[in-house]
Amino acid sequence: MNRHLHIKQFLHLTLAHLKEVMRQPAVLFWGIIFPILLSIGLGMAFTREGATIHNIGFMYGDDNDDGKALKPSAIETLFQKAAATQGHELTILDETAFTLAVKDDRLGDTIFLFETGSWDKSIMRLKQGQINLIMEVTDTGTVYHFDPLNPEARIAWHTLSPLAAGKYATVSRNGTIPETAPDSNPKSTVSPLALPGTRYIDFLIPGLISMTVMMSCMWGISYGMIDKRSKKLLRRMVATPMVKSHFLAALMLVRIFINIIESVLLVFFAWLIFDVAIQGRMEALVTIFLAGNIAFCGIAVFVSSRTANTEVGNGMINAVVMPMTLLSGVFFSYHNFPEWSIPVIEKLPLTLLVDGIRSVFTEGAGLVETAPASILLFLIGVVFFIAGLKIFKWH
Amino acid sequence: MTPVIEVKNVYKSFHSVKAVNGIDMTVYKGQFTALLGPNGAGKTTLVEMIEGIQKPDSGEIRIMGLSWEGNENVLHRAIGLSLQETRFIDRLTVWETLRLFASFFDLGKQRVWEIMEIVNLKEKADAYTVHLSGGQRQRLALGIALINRPKVLLLDEPTTGLDPNARRDIWSILLDLKYHSNTSLVLTTHYMEEAEQLCDTIMIIDKGLVLKAGTMDQLLSEDSSEKIIAFSLEPPHPSRESIKNECPFPVRWDGKNGQGTILLSNLEGQLPQFLDFINSRDLKLKNMECRRKTLDDLFTAMTGRRLDE
Repeated sequence: MNRHLHIKQFLHLTLAHLKEVMRQPAVLFWGIIFPILLSIGLGMAFTREGATIHNIGFMYGDDNDDGKALKPSAIETLFQKAAATQGHELTILDETAFTLAVKDDRLGDTIFLFETGSWDKSIMRLKQGQINLIMEVTDTGTVYHFDPLNPEARIAWHTLSPLAAGKYATVSRNGTIPETAPDSNPKSTVSPLALPGTRYIDFLIPGLISMTVMMSCMWGISYGMIDKRSKKLLRRMVATPMVKSHFLAALMLVRIFINIIESVLLVFFAWLIFDVAIQGRMEALVTIFLAGNIAFCGIAVFVSSRTANTEVGNGMINAVVMPMTLLSGVFFSYHNFPEWSIPVIEKLPLTLLVDGIRSVFTEGAGLVETAPASILLFLIGVVFFIAGLKIFKWH
Repeated sequence: MTPVIEVKNVYKSFHSVKAVNGIDMTVYKGQFTALLGPNGAGKTTLVEMIEGIQKPDSGEIRIMGLSWEGNENVLHRAIGLSLQETRFIDRLTVWETLRLFASFFDLGKQRVWEIMEIVNLKEKADAYTVHLSGGQRQRLALGIALINRPKVLLLDEPTTGLDPNARRDIWSILLDLKYHSNTSLVLTTHYMEEAEQLCDTIMIIDKGLVLKAGTMDQLLSEDSSEKIIAFSLEPPHPSRESIKNECPFPVRWDGKNGQGTILLSNLEGQLPQFLDFINSRDLKLKNMECRRKTLDDLFTAMTGRRLDE
């Protein structure tokens, strides 16, 4: 077959797929927007059982080094009143971390996990969603740094500040209580983090972009194939000299094109309304974005490679997208999940994409930082695509 | 002359169902062949094996002397086909759908216009395929089948579910093709009129087997003198037993509607006998007609069932 025919076939297939999508706003809505709405609803309704865990960054006001050793006596002093009056339990884990467990039979237990670090390190962990509040202890009082729009951070602050406040809430760096406090009624201050890159919206936008890519690929491509298979149109098309891979490649190209438009729109509105900015390298963002598209296109081809039944297809797609939507840190950090599950969650395609895009947005990452995730996503896409093509049912 | 289609001793089963149970078939250049049989006879399975969509369990299929294995590209270019009830991309127009399929064969706008002319869909060029009527959709499917000027045309029930006018539209397109091209056609149908009107050769198929094959004349010639008397009686209708036992000729009796048919080989001698029987039993004829045997009668004689059952 000559080159001209290849191009012509591919062009017409691409145009046909594109027109098909663009002319059915309902497909766009149900395939892309609805899953997002659904996920938002689920995310809000999602409640955790057992103790609520808050990861808190802890630092002394004049500490610029990493992992400055804790002064257990100072910590005990800080939470002394709470521990004495309400029976809260303070545990020093090691030289850089300690926990404060708050027992509450009615509202459920709360555990604060404190980890010390410098300001820079704490801010980085905040951007990555590992923590959402930084508690800074200075000679004059305690300062809480967090995004007031982040509900989890607000709850953590509300619960934590009364426990640490009080007469002895000021602790100097060397762990001694000043004989005469500078202020007899030391203040606990809230310092809102409104710096772009540290707010909840900065955390959320990369998550939404990634989820949109996943949903759009999974629903769009699967719909495109299952619908044509159930109509016997696939069967009719392969009874011509059409090259099979052209059909799939055109379907994927259209999907990636739509995803680019959607993501650009999302970022544009996030910039317009919330002043969300991309702090890292554009080429890194484009690379990880495309790699993520390829990964989910490949998975979509694999998932819908055999069924002609829309309901079976829906079920299989849900089996793929639901767990990742909940686990991969789209709406809230996956660092709150049990320790053992985190290495697994980090390897999920959506997590790779979310973390990659988020690192470019908020941590200023470049190609070097995102390369491993980009390569892995690309490989995931290729492997699933080839496997899907092997078992693909055209008839 | 090399046959265009050669099917030799082909078998195909699905689980325990023997869909095609040893069929031979030969189609020559320009020949129109009908596979006539009721639903579930194995027509679609046979035609899909010729189309290369299904593989026979055993036996041989050659098209223009080529088997499917290793010759897909050549054969896909030589064959045009329409499947039972194909639907198209909903929001693509007739024009765009034909352009898409034309692109698979490296054909351009010129051919698309010709096809829209042939299948009479010019007025619907800009209509979405989802808005087409059943007849228009079948004409579009036929247009797609014809787009590459196929040497072999394979149509699976091209008129099933269509009203008589829409059916005749399809027939006239196919008759035009028959007289103005060298295309060989295999079509499956359960309408005997369709087979009679369009095809040179008719193969009557049931339960995966060819019951009888030949031209219309050949099929009905063996007993060309035989005539069918179809009659209906005024109520009260006699019982099945009394009619069967007392009538001088074997009767196919539908007691519910009071209708029966008998087969007479000597009309002049036997018709008076039949009328005597009616008279002697005091039965009242509501209607009676005498006609020549049809393919449906032939099928009924061979299987005890009707084609459209």
